[in-house]
Amino acid sequence: MPTIKVPPVLRPQTDGEAEVTVDGSTVGEALNALASKYSGTKDQLFGPEGDLNRYVNVYLNDEDVRVLDGLDTKASDSDNIVILPAMAGGQSD
Amino acid sequence: MEAGTLKIEDIKQRIQNLTPEEALEEIEAGGDFVLLDTREPHEYAEAHLEGAKLVPPAEVAEQIDDIVPDTSQRLLVYCRSGNRSARAVHQLEGLGYENVVNIEGGIVEWQEKGLPVAEAEGMTREQRERYSRHTLLPEVGVEGQIKLLNAKVLLLGAGGLGSPTALYLAAAGIGTMGIVDDDVVDESNLQRQVIHSTDRVGVPKTESAKVTINGLNPDVEVIEHRTRLDAENIIDIIKDYDIVVDGADNFPTRYLLNDASVRLKIPVVSASILAFEGQISTFLPFDGPCYRCLYPTPPPAELAPSCGDNGVLGVMAGVMGLLQANEVIKLVVGIGEPLIGRLLLYDSLGTRFTELKVRRDPNCPICGPDAPETPESEMGVFPDYELFCQ
Repeated sequence: MPTIKVPPVLRPQTDGEAEVTVDGSTVGEALNALASKYSGTKDQLFGPEGDLNRYVNVYLNDEDVRVLDGLDTKASDSDNIVILPAMAGGQSD
Repeated sequence: MEAGTLKIEDIKQRIQNLTPEEALEEIEAGGDFVLLDTREPHEYAEAHLEGAKLVPPAEVAEQIDDIVPDTSQRLLVYCRSGNRSARAVHQLEGLGYENVVNIEGGIVEWQEKGLPVAEAEGMTREQRERYSRHTLLPEVGVEGQIKLLNAKVLLLGAGGLGSPTALYLAAAGIGTMGIVDDDVVDESNLQRQVIHSTDRVGVPKTESAKVTINGLNPDVEVIEHRTRLDAENIIDIIKDYDIVVDGADNFPTRYLLNDASVRLKIPVVSASILAFEGQISTFLPFDGPCYRCLYPTPPPAELAPSCGDNGVLGVMAGVMGLLQANEVIKLVVGIGEPLIGRLLLYDSLGTRFTELKVRRDPNCPICGPDAPETPESEMGVFPDYELFCQ
């Protein structure tokens, strides 16, 4: 069961959980399991065709899954899946 | 009796001494002597008498045979103020050297009298003192400090991230610091924007930052850009800087800065913070990925809250801002491994750093191999980023 690291912007949809352990042997299965468990995350992760939204970066450990096998990238129990959103805070706000 | 057990006054009574003027006369006459500097290497590097050989005090006994094998050779010895050299003279006499004299008052008195020294070029005496903890580092040295003094760094924002970055870059002696900000200091800023102060609420941030920076280090020339970066002004503002530090609070500015800095090939140290988390990376155009390689598309508004909406731990600005300052210094001096092609995440609640690989995107519309060259006439022409980010 890989562990998904949930970014702060998605935590309102995961009841505040920062790490969620889910079933799945690929990155896609794991993210779909997350979306089933916390339905609020689904539209933010996936487009209408079931592809990853382009503004969501997903890493298997430290590697972008887009340079691996995308959603088909194998994920084992010891793997971390990092969901990474762009952030823009810092200056005046 | 061992030199170390005698009082320095007694030693000075027993040895031969020359005033700085007498020593200079003998040196200029060009007689047969060897001039020895008994200080530490970093002191010697800052300034020494022309032609002096360095023999640190702890190494006199070990090195003198090699430097001056002839014990009848006349030796003129000095240090900083005359104490270490007096002990060295006494020690050399004990080792059999027959004609050894101490220059009274050392290089301090020498310089106070305006007598000539060979100095590290490019730094004043005050600067050598101020930056001595930098120049002591072999990786920085006088050469690296001079690079810092000649560097021009632009900070996007004198806010959460910009405040700590500016403070430490000012202390480090960055010669020219530009600050872009059109805001004034607000009470709610002071929880993290440490370059400002309570009595400057209502003052423009660039002006407030300049007061603090010059109070800390008058070497820094602060250039105030009291405006917001936009497609019209960005090229003119950033073109003369060596590095841009991005702490912008909105996506249109981040994409605009990326596209302009890639066109001008200016490195950008980019960080962002939200709640208890921060991200930082260094974008070196064409050597590594750019911001668009990492984030090709901005997130929709509901996934892009601001610190104003969601809050931020003040300390986060300090941690991430100082990581930015650290990147800037490495880029300027040319040392270490900047965060090129790497995104560092910091989770302050868990106190955990995570590093992710960022690769150049072969399809990047800005820095990819198929990205169109920007003709000179269109250098300052940009798409509508507000629209792009909606």
